[in-house]
Amino acid sequence: MSAHAKTHDEGHAPGAGHHRNYVKIWAILLVLLIVSVTGPMLGIRVITLITAFGIALVKAYIVAKNFMHLDVEKPIVHWALAVALLLMVVFYAGIAPDVQKQSGTHWKKAKVESHAPAHGSGHEGH
Amino acid sequence: MNIPTGRLAVWWVLVSEIVIFGGLLASYLMNRLTHADWADQAAHTNTWIGAFNTLVLLTSSLSAVLAHQAAEKGDGPKAARLLWLTVLGGATFLVVKSFEWTHEIREGFTITSSGFWSYYYTAAGLHAFHVLCGMILMIWVASTAAKNQELHRVENIGIYWHFVDIVWIFLFPLLYIAK
Repeated sequence: MSAHAKTHDEGHAPGAGHHRNYVKIWAILLVLLIVSVTGPMLGIRVITLITAFGIALVKAYIVAKNFMHLDVEKPIVHWALAVALLLMVVFYAGIAPDVQKQSGTHWKKAKVESHAPAHGSGHEGH
Repeated sequence: MNIPTGRLAVWWVLVSEIVIFGGLLASYLMNRLTHADWADQAAHTNTWIGAFNTLVLLTSSLSAVLAHQAAEKGDGPKAARLLWLTVLGGATFLVVKSFEWTHEIREGFTITSSGFWSYYYTAAGLHAFHVLCGMILMIWVASTAAKNQELHRVENIGIYWHFVDIVWIFLFPLLYIAK
């Protein structure tokens, strides 16, 4: 074992990522990518949600576990990431009602007009 | 705690990045759920270009983790070559994105066109900036790794790169698939 590998193993659990088949993991990610693109083409809302967003979660988990080696990372890292993710949830829960409600006591949201062209080709002369 | 300082620092950076990108994506999501008409705007994004760029980033993550594996074995020159391959992936991603943006701007979809396009250019632009920063750092790490020096940095830059990949994994369905 090289001096570097020895130093590295002091920081990671034994065998962290030394025996993983990364090419196989990459192939699985590609299959999931194909499913996430083709699934929504069926036009069924539930299938779209599962294939697009459900598979995104699975892909992110696979990358974090196998490429970032989160499965053998120290607990301090897990806690730090968990706190950041919890902050995101708190942020969403705190702001979403204000953004998503259209009216309340003594107030009503004004409509904002979009300036985007409806069908592209937004320039003159086309 | 027994965790190398450099690696802990990278994770610390990523924790703050989660809040940055998480805040942006969460606000996009709540606005998207509020404005049904954003779907009409999202219909103009090119799913195939987004999918191709996802493929490019996933492949560059593979070369980054293989570089880490080579560094583990003390093979600095091989790690450097794989890092250069990762940089090439990042460059491909940015070139494709620049062509895509040029086309969309020519079509009249600019950052001021609507709420959707504001989020689209901000989120994808911030992500592209992170890709660029990662590439610059990776070139520096590759140059030292080629001399068999500071090989622990190969893992550190890899962790950052995989995070950028994960951010794109979520941006792709939000901006390109949900139409």
